Amino acid sequence: MGRFALQRFMYMVITLWVIITLTFFLMHTMPGSPLQHEDKLPPELKEEILKEYGLDKPLPVQYVTFLGKLAQADLGSSFKYDGRSVTDLIMQGFPASLQLGIQATIIGVIFGIILGCVSALRRGTWVDNVANVFSILGYSVPNFVLATLLSYYVGVKLQWLPPAKWDGPEYSILPTLSLAVLVMATIARYIRTEMLEVLGQDYMKTAKAKGLSARTAIIKHALRNALIPAVTVLGPLIIGLITGSLVVEQIFAIPGMGWMFVDSIQVNDYTVIMGITIFYSALIIVGMFLVDVLYGIIDPRIRIGGVQE
Amino acid sequence: MSSMNSSTQNLTPEMFQPIERDTLAQEGVSSKKITFWGDVWRRFLKNKGALIGALLLLVIGILAIVGPEIHSYSYRSVNYDLINKEAFGDHWFGTDGAGRDVWTRTWYGAGISLLIAFLATAFDLFIGVPYGCISGYYGGKVDNWMQRIIEVLYGIPNLIVIILLLLWMKPGIIAIALALGITGWITMARVVRGQMLKLKSQEYVLAARTLGASTRRMLTKHMLPNVLGPVIITIMFSIPTAIFFEAFLAFIGLGIRPPEASLGVLINDGYKVLQLFPYQLFFPALVLSLIMFSFNLVGDGLRDALDPKLRQ
Amino acid sequence: MDRKNVLEVKDLHVSFHTYNGEVQAVRGVSFEVKNGETVAIVGESGCGKSVTSQSIMRLIPQPPGVIKHGEILFEGNDLTKLPEKKMEEMRGKEIAMIFQDPMTSLNPTMTVGKQIMEGLIKHQKLGKAEARQKALEMLRLVGIPSPDSRINQYPHQFSGGMRQRAMIAIALSCAPKLLIADEPTTALDVTIQAQILHLMNDLKEKMDTSIILITHDLGVVAETADRVVVMYAGKVVETGTVEEIFYKPRHPYTWGLMGSMPRLNLSRDTELSPILGTPPNLLTPPKGCPFASRCEHAMQVCKEHMPETTNSSDSHQVACWLEHPMAKPVDIPHDVVGGVSK
Repeated sequence: MGRFALQRFMYMVITLWVIITLTFFLMHTMPGSPLQHEDKLPPELKEEILKEYGLDKPLPVQYVTFLGKLAQADLGSSFKYDGRSVTDLIMQGFPASLQLGIQATIIGVIFGIILGCVSALRRGTWVDNVANVFSILGYSVPNFVLATLLSYYVGVKLQWLPPAKWDGPEYSILPTLSLAVLVMATIARYIRTEMLEVLGQDYMKTAKAKGLSARTAIIKHALRNALIPAVTVLGPLIIGLITGSLVVEQIFAIPGMGWMFVDSIQVNDYTVIMGITIFYSALIIVGMFLVDVLYGIIDPRIRIGGVQE
Repeated sequence: MSSMNSSTQNLTPEMFQPIERDTLAQEGVSSKKITFWGDVWRRFLKNKGALIGALLLLVIGILAIVGPEIHSYSYRSVNYDLINKEAFGDHWFGTDGAGRDVWTRTWYGAGISLLIAFLATAFDLFIGVPYGCISGYYGGKVDNWMQRIIEVLYGIPNLIVIILLLLWMKPGIIAIALALGITGWITMARVVRGQMLKLKSQEYVLAARTLGASTRRMLTKHMLPNVLGPVIITIMFSIPTAIFFEAFLAFIGLGIRPPEASLGVLINDGYKVLQLFPYQLFFPALVLSLIMFSFNLVGDGLRDALDPKLRQ
Repeated sequence: MDRKNVLEVKDLHVSFHTYNGEVQAVRGVSFEVKNGETVAIVGESGCGKSVTSQSIMRLIPQPPGVIKHGEILFEGNDLTKLPEKKMEEMRGKEIAMIFQDPMTSLNPTMTVGKQIMEGLIKHQKLGKAEARQKALEMLRLVGIPSPDSRINQYPHQFSGGMRQRAMIAIALSCAPKLLIADEPTTALDVTIQAQILHLMNDLKEKMDTSIILITHDLGVVAETADRVVVMYAGKVVETGTVEEIFYKPRHPYTWGLMGSMPRLNLSRDTELSPILGTPPNLLTPPKGCPFASRCEHAMQVCKEHMPETTNSSDSHQVACWLEHPMAKPVDIPHDVVGGVSK
């Protein structure tokens, strides 16, 4: 287990370095000056700004400086927001995004597990079919379509819930739902497959041969074994949630990180793009690492190596 | 044991003459033979969802080709006298802010979205399959190094790379397909390698070889179905992913430039006027969702049909 | 031996509905198990022995499987008619089962101790602490060293033989009257096989449990069984005591089984004679004797009519047309007799 975690950790660090380097060089060789929106500036002023941001030095020097600052959580300052620090901007946007992500995960995971289990236990019946169609729909309808529909029909037309803005818990309901559907669909499908696999295992027969009722056998033996591998979906789900947050925050006008990122892309605020890219990457990569380790901890076959004689 | 239940039989001494064993029909395997692909096909046909999905795809595919040609308007012909009109006359889906026909643009856009997805999948195949094959076939040191690279690349989130690449390149059909392909091949390579490794260690492959199966038979009967199946399934799931990403990128401002149209661009345009003209978002969004839904249905159906573990 | 019957299976029919049609896996099987007796059911794979045993436990997956006809009387109660709740009380408490592959039969994410305790808590209404004590006792009984630490371990920390011991501990924890062992040693190394068989014999004596032993290994049969049921293509073709089956087998299929088994008393250059051909397809079972197409002594009648069951002694029954007075007597192939020394 220790070796396993260490190896994963190494990969994490390398991957992170690759993505940071990639981001840096792509952003710095991007066609068009980062300051193209300020074309009316007199050349002297532009040069001054370039100097201020360290853009007049050779690329390798900039790269080393960049890495050094990065190590101190200094991501530079924004072009658009009058030199506000990118770290500040991220910290300002992150809480809303995090809240949405956590709410969506909780709701999605709970309903996903229920849906997946019911579907597997009633395999081949109409219940299973309905649940399947539901979950396929869940990740076939892109979340920006779903979010738009929810905002427009539930928010604007029916006026049941606020269609946009970020002013209190009720404002988080629609965006959370928009994100949770994908989580639910993914988890439901995964759990269904795992559950069917587990139900066919010999140890389920052993459990029944012991005289356990079907219910007890499922709760005590099947569910646990089906849930353990399902932990691995949490990694890709982090990506799914981030992807979703980019558009969902846009649609619901939520001042989170996703909204900030899309905004920076649209105005070429390249320090912010770089900063958020790196932050997202770190989030995803560290998340995947933690999921791997978590999996190792909850699965006794990995946690405790075999002591076979 | 039951006793003497056949006492009414008329038994004659002739019936007790020994007979040659060979004269008896060996009816060991008398049930009709089901080939692997025949079996896959049968199970696929039994899956109503998959059939519906395939049918939908066929219809959408035909419409994407024929749809834009039905009327005289091209996807880019503007008409400032007919701006933002809901469905009327032969503008079945209405017109947009530049008086362009939404029906024509929707199907043209569907075609472009599908084209991007197919191109991206072609990239997946061209890089992923050889990479996976080489890695899995040679094994050892080669595999080890190739795997390390994959291991690092796999950790890099697709989303980030695609966005960065599109910021760098000018978003266009090829650029988007390329960005999707560059990130997508890794999954394909992993799938192919996994299958190759599994096959190499599989006892039945050894058994078939020992029994003198020809190379050709080995390939067609054992290797091909086992590698092809997962590859097809991966394709069936990577196409809707690519279509989703194209639309997603358009939505965050990294789509194809107007007057070109793709489903993503149309949805983005429609979104901007949602409050006033919701129909302009509705049709492309519906087509996009239907395409994704159908591909997922077919992909699911194929996976179930190809997975011998779930065979009944 | 006029002990009471623990189990009586009468004319059992079990089918599976598949895409190709109805597979008649068990077609009229009858046998009984007496108190404290070990009955072996032998036959090739696919002959219906496992289906029979799982039918007794009502563990046949339904659908596609279905018990079509017949009775399974356990101490006089017909198990096929018991409601599921009552059946749950029988499983593990009155009838227990161990399976072929100890690698996959234990839950990988639950400690061995908990897996033993489950049945005890359910059937004997023991508290956690008592159940743990009992589980420790069982582990000791089945010969697992240092049970105090082993009880908290997971199955993957056990070797194959130890896992099968743990399975036996689970099965016998509630002192069942009948133990069904489905190929309990097939997946184990030869040396471990003998240990497990001895353990089972031992515990059977101690706990006065009857055993149904499903196997295709005649060596295992000779070592443990009192009586033998030979099955072929979903039917019982011959039953008898171990001595009768090994020294006076009457069915050509039983001869075939004996002849295809390596024996110590064979001279070096005697070749083993496998049974040629394959068993019939049970989608469309032949109307006559199912073995006819593979039988050296087949007659016209065998193809057309199912043979009757005849008694050759009180305990020895055969279903073969060679037993009929009109048939030409056939000598038992001499290399088969007494195949396995008991």
